Amino acid sequence: MSDSRNSILTKLRTTRDAHPLTPPVSDFAPIEAKHWAPEERLPRIRRLMEAVHTEFLDATEADWPVVLREFLAREGVGSLLYAPATEAGKRLVEGWKAESPSPPRGEGRGEGEASHDSPEGPATNPPHPNPLPGGERGSAPGPVLIPYDRPLEDLKPQLFESIEAGLTTTRGAIAETGSLILWPTADEPRTLSLVPHIHIAILRTDALFDTFLQAMREQGWADAMPTNVLLVSGPSKTADIEQTLAYGVHGPKRLVVLVVQP
Amino acid sequence: MDGNAPDFAAASRAALADPQLRGNFRRAMDGLMTKRAAQFSDTGEWHGVRALAASVRLRALSKLPELLEKLEENCTRNGITVHWAATTEEANAIALDILHKANAKLVVKGKSMVTEEMHLNAVLEKDGIEVLESDLGEYIVQLDGTMPSHIIMPAIHLNTKQIAHLFKRKIKDAESREDAAYLTDLARRVLRAKFQAADVGMSGVNAAVAETGTLCLIENEGNGRMCTTVPPVHIAFMGLEKVVERLEDVPPVISLLPRSATGQPITTYVNMISGPRKDGEKDGPREVHLVILDNGRSSIYADPELRDTLRCIRCGACMNHCPVYTQVGGHAYEAPYPGPIGKILVPQIEGLAKRGAMPHACTMCNACVEICPVKIPIVEIMGRLRVEAVKPGGAVKDGGAKASRAESMVWSGWAAMNASPTAYRIATLAMSKLGNAAPSSLPMLKEWTNVRTKPRFAGRTLHDLARAKGIPDV
Repeated sequence: MSDSRNSILTKLRTTRDAHPLTPPVSDFAPIEAKHWAPEERLPRIRRLMEAVHTEFLDATEADWPVVLREFLAREGVGSLLYAPATEAGKRLVEGWKAESPSPPRGEGRGEGEASHDSPEGPATNPPHPNPLPGGERGSAPGPVLIPYDRPLEDLKPQLFESIEAGLTTTRGAIAETGSLILWPTADEPRTLSLVPHIHIAILRTDALFDTFLQAMREQGWADAMPTNVLLVSGPSKTADIEQTLAYGVHGPKRLVVLVVQP
Repeated sequence: MDGNAPDFAAASRAALADPQLRGNFRRAMDGLMTKRAAQFSDTGEWHGVRALAASVRLRALSKLPELLEKLEENCTRNGITVHWAATTEEANAIALDILHKANAKLVVKGKSMVTEEMHLNAVLEKDGIEVLESDLGEYIVQLDGTMPSHIIMPAIHLNTKQIAHLFKRKIKDAESREDAAYLTDLARRVLRAKFQAADVGMSGVNAAVAETGTLCLIENEGNGRMCTTVPPVHIAFMGLEKVVERLEDVPPVISLLPRSATGQPITTYVNMISGPRKDGEKDGPREVHLVILDNGRSSIYADPELRDTLRCIRCGACMNHCPVYTQVGGHAYEAPYPGPIGKILVPQIEGLAKRGAMPHACTMCNACVEICPVKIPIVEIMGRLRVEAVKPGGAVKDGGAKASRAESMVWSGWAAMNASPTAYRIATLAMSKLGNAAPSSLPMLKEWTNVRTKPRFAGRTLHDLARAKGIPDV
């Protein structure tokens, strides 16, 4: 095998040195020139992502756990997997039991209302039948919180067969393409945003970038890449059957962005 | 398809006689061309990003051996095991070895063109390993027992009705419903169980970053994520040309690939994988392997003119815009890569003896060159390969395999006629006086005239007409 390595590299080197190639200079200006005013970034992200069936919820640092709980209850979602060791996970548990500051369920929260125009219509999953081990019930009947506190191997059957939603943070979003930046960690595993039918992503409005390149540069990605980085620009989709768009083929069927203002 | 040389002419005749197939392709390609055009309505942006992406690919090729070494070094540092394969046989052996060590019985695969090139599925099945394609298009094609007809949209040759019938035949409890949403959901249910149970996941690589040891993978369905995240072992396969120098080189490539391919601003998922599960992490594969395949690429690289073939980022836009591909579809090529890029890549990999017909399946219309996001001079390379096919001793595998005495005599005659003013005058005069008398059923004319009107020669030559207008001969 190392024979192949050496013969391949030797051949490449010899032939390249015999016929060197001078590439044109890489001018990144066409990408660097892409700018949107700070106040235009979020509306643009929202418009692009809604065009591919992403749903949006508006909240603040103070009320996002409650906004999320009410959304899940309204949609009949019985279980939410979360990352217990993260700041967001702690805040979720702490805020889960808080009194609702908003009107009763079914009433809109003004422009913060989730969009319900997904083609399948609202989820029709029945409430979760059995609270799962490790789950925790809020004071009101509603979705069960399930901590992602074990290796995947121990969680697999539950993850694939019964958990309905997963909550992750993001490291920001990109205005050019309407993409969330996901940065899984030891505390916030990769499958949290992949296997449950609904992926809910918290987006804080202080990390909105113009382009993928800008995000990469400003966050210094090249210095320390984690095992997995993802751009996510909508729920799972395919057009492999006669160019007809269909959502929810392998990954989450629904992507809900929880926009958290300071 | 291995063994006997594929017969493009026969396969394309069969495709042309299939109105269903032609309708499916025509509709799909028209849609894709329109969607791509909408993405590049800002021509200034297109020219700028295209020049950047071309420079990224050329810079990578200019440093290819060094970047591959750096990629290996950084992948190894990240915990990825790197393997090198000179041939597809070697790559398959490496894959089998990893699978045996993992005691693997079930493999799930994300779309990978390199493994199509390797015929990996057949090798695994022969070894008793179940292998399941998980990209919906690839899954359909696998159920159908055929091969992909497009590198981005493998099942583009089938319509919903055909797929509904296929699922009804092959999937237990499938209802007969010609509905894309239902069929997609059905495939989801089948494949989810497989992702959960799989011992090994396999994928391709869209770009491998030397600087960070990162494998980039773009997709819409999430099956790529499933294959590279859920099973305990992940094996990625890449052609050795897929390396880029820096992480910053990825955005221009990602910007052009989906826009050129399907007219999407970006794919739903852009995956950047830099290693297996680390201590403390709860998921991700325990082992990640990268198989770097040569399979003739280093020979392509050796020729400074043909080297540009390796710039390709596999967007498939050249196919979508090719008047030949659009009429005959991808299966007519009987090759892992069809369409314009296939016509220059496959003959160089597999040799001109077997693939000498492919560079001729081209009208030289240049549409592929106009839309190529990395500016590959496809038509120039096509011309070069046509020459190589009839000229023994060239750089390309099996050069001269298509040399024919009759053809070389025709061309010598053509050259002689054009070199002598007298011979030229006589020949053109003869054509204008006698050309129309030639019956369209003549052996060589027939191929052309049975689907087209025979062209009429003008009664007077251009020289004649020019002289009549008082323009003197030079």
